[in-house]
Amino acid sequence: MKYIKFLVIGILFGIVMTKSEAISWYRIQEMFRFQSFHMYGIIGSALAIGILLVQLIKIKGLKTYQGETIQLKDKNFSISRYLFGGIIFGFGWALSGACPGPMYTLIGNGFSVFIVVILSALLGTYVYGLLRGRLPH
Amino acid sequence: MIEILRQPWSWYISGPLIALIMFLLLWVGGNFGVSSTLRSICTFSGAGKNCEFFDFNWKSQHWNLVFVLGGVIGGYLASTVLQNPEPLTINNNTIEDLASIGIGFNGKIAPAELFSWNSLLTLKGFLVLIVGGFLVGFGARWAGGCTSGHAISGLSNLQLPSLIAVIGFFIGGLVMTFLIFPLIF
Repeated sequence: MKYIKFLVIGILFGIVMTKSEAISWYRIQEMFRFQSFHMYGIIGSALAIGILLVQLIKIKGLKTYQGETIQLKDKNFSISRYLFGGIIFGFGWALSGACPGPMYTLIGNGFSVFIVVILSALLGTYVYGLLRGRLPH
Repeated sequence: MIEILRQPWSWYISGPLIALIMFLLLWVGGNFGVSSTLRSICTFSGAGKNCEFFDFNWKSQHWNLVFVLGGVIGGYLASTVLQNPEPLTINNNTIEDLASIGIGFNGKIAPAELFSWNSLLTLKGFLVLIVGGFLVGFGARWAGGCTSGHAISGLSNLQLPSLIAVIGFFIGGLVMTFLIFPLIF
């Protein structure tokens, strides 16, 4: 039962991703071709509100509903892993039109072939794990 | 009410709701980062036996797997109960550009000729579904996060590494769209 709140938030996430059309391969193409403001509006407004909420957590010292400190870890600085990893991710995002969240949501939308896309993403994750020691970080 | 919810949701409704989802996840003791679930599933499948990167306590990430299960259910509800009766509309220039490389548009959320089980046996389908998925999984883990972890969570927390990652996402996406798509489609 302790997981039911995560299920509910996940359902909201799936609904928002679908109704916003952020799961659409065409919407991602529109974004990368700079032919619509839609995706930039979604990411930009999420970010504007997100920055406010994170500042609120930090300034007010907000806790979780169970009274624990909210974990906002700083990421270790590097250029190569974020830039090179990001570029590889961008190749895949433009090809498949889906980042990991939409991959799951698209299955719920009836695109069962995304099971294969997720299996490929799992393989990609696994191969990264194997090559990790040989990649710049 | 349901008629209003069935319409496509504008960016200024959807974006703040995504920020709210990030906040709610933090408030209940999680965090917003979907690609981490891929690593958890690898560990669950036994990848930790021969690779140290996957040898971690994946059970501490159970909540995230439940979250993405919710993402599947939400996708189902949004495409049934809340289904938009109208076809998708996108910019005409995008439709023309895609038509020039042989990809049609019929108002669905993805091109049916690429996103079907049959297309797995074609070169284009293989590239989009198999290679695309592989690169997303590989790149997200190398970069330490995906759109949710970096573009939303990381940038909301003003993390410079996340900005570098997001710049990388766009370099990759633009190179793929403008330089590589014309070669493969």
